[in-house]
Amino acid sequence: MTYTIDSDRTAVTPSSDGAAVEASGLEKSYGGAQVLSGIDLRMPRGSVLALLGPNGAGKTTTVRILSTLIRADAGRARVAGFDVAGERAQVRRRISVTGQYAAVDGLQTGEENLRMVGRLRGLDRAQAGRRAGELLERFDLLAAGGRRVGTYSGGMRRRLDLAMSLVSDPAVLFLDEPTTGLDPRSRQAMWVLVGELAARGVSVFLTTQYLEEADRLADEIVVLDRGRVVAQGTAAELKRRVAEQRLVLTLASPEALADAAWALGDRAIEVDRDELTIVAAFDGNAREVRAMLDEIDPDRSAIDDFAVRNATLDDVFLELTDD
Amino acid sequence: MTEALILTARCLRLSRRQVDALMTSLLLPVLLMILFVELFGGAIEPGGGYVTYVVPGVLLLCAGFSSGLTAVAVCQDMTGGCIDRLRSMDVRGASLLSGHVAASVARNLASGVLVVAVALALGFHPHAAAVEWLEAAGVLLAFIVAISSLSATIGLVARSPEAANGFTFLIMFLPYASSAFVPVHTMPGWLQGFAGHQPITPITEALRGLLLGTRVGSNAWVAMAWCAGILVLSIVASGVLFARRAE
Repeated sequence: MTYTIDSDRTAVTPSSDGAAVEASGLEKSYGGAQVLSGIDLRMPRGSVLALLGPNGAGKTTTVRILSTLIRADAGRARVAGFDVAGERAQVRRRISVTGQYAAVDGLQTGEENLRMVGRLRGLDRAQAGRRAGELLERFDLLAAGGRRVGTYSGGMRRRLDLAMSLVSDPAVLFLDEPTTGLDPRSRQAMWVLVGELAARGVSVFLTTQYLEEADRLADEIVVLDRGRVVAQGTAAELKRRVAEQRLVLTLASPEALADAAWALGDRAIEVDRDELTIVAAFDGNAREVRAMLDEIDPDRSAIDDFAVRNATLDDVFLELTDD
Repeated sequence: MTEALILTARCLRLSRRQVDALMTSLLLPVLLMILFVELFGGAIEPGGGYVTYVVPGVLLLCAGFSSGLTAVAVCQDMTGGCIDRLRSMDVRGASLLSGHVAASVARNLASGVLVVAVALALGFHPHAAAVEWLEAAGVLLAFIVAISSLSATIGLVARSPEAANGFTFLIMFLPYASSAFVPVHTMPGWLQGFAGHQPITPITEALRGLLLGTRVGSNAWVAMAWCAGILVLSIVASGVLFARRAE
């Protein structure tokens, strides 16, 4: 393993360019398997960035490197202005991490968990108690604060976990798949909370597999696939990168479907043999639709139905992360 | 230091609330004393003096069990999300481990007192003045700290809490192959070599000598040397193991 981060550069003053997270050329492999192969990204202060990708894309590894939990094999990164390899202590004082698995003690009460984090963050007993009370109230856990966390629902545990991350007023908050495994109502509640944090100016770096979540929460989306950044931009920009409109064709028979798919070639994004549908990309122009329909169905018998819809982030995602 | 105290308080709270483990820690001393004295004692020493012989052995057996739980607790912290949160808060590994060891010592004090209380009720007649009691407590404390630290180190290595639990079993087996329950010279030759030179035997003999007012000899120093050795080894190993996680 080559380790190329030079730790000589131990500037103590944060860089003034306003980036909450900056990474270039991050690489990491485990036992010969390359997990990250050169990640570059930048997240301005006070913004929300979503790292979006399928399982195994390298999202968690990226978060672990940026939050100082593991070291990159190559590349460098600065978080809140400090080098994650050379200035760990400074970085750790300014960040909080909420991992995929709620890091809460089931045998302690919600309040005890919060107080403990407060004490470990250097608050005295009274301050830690006050902070715990504030956070319980803000996260709608006041009634449950005196109960052991083992009795909490999944959504409550996640909220407590997030509250524990906020005890210290972090400059940068890392959320690794904050809503994975939550029911829709708890997910909504989580979204509201993250939205509030963003509104207060906390820089939030989150990972997700859900396009809807990235679309809803993030100012900027970075799409990760097999250890590489395959696209980056706002939700609107990403949608624009692939044709904005989708034409959904329903064919009359399996033979007609095969012929149409053949004729469309690259323009066919999805071919569903069970539903007899083809989804094709086009630019929203009526003449193009007419031409396309004439091309694949000259005698007007193969296509039963067609519909036009806007591209969703799912379309973008599938297109970007496909082989 | 504050960090270690906060985490000790946490570990103590968690141990107090782990009802099953707590019950076992408290029941075990009582049951073991009754088992050895009332069930085996009659056969081993028909005169009824076995209780006096066996007290150090039961003390070490209980300490071994209770310290072994440290491996499980550390492993739970390491394999759950807890360790990531602590590390991202810049909490040092040494603070977490010393919290676990301190909690283990506190658990052991409770069970040690219980062992002695039950022993006295069953007819244990120590011949020790306050100084010898203190010295005996010192040797036992050294054993508990050493074995808890070793246990914490095992907790760092174990892949799952279940695997860590296997270590408790191993520690609990050691006293049987020592002078804790029967004299080493009654064992077959091949076992005598092991039994005579493993740490439990000098520790047992030191405790026995101090509590009964018999000759302690070099046993106390050998016992302390073993404990110090195990402690130093554990501290070094856990430091290395902890640092390795940051790769």
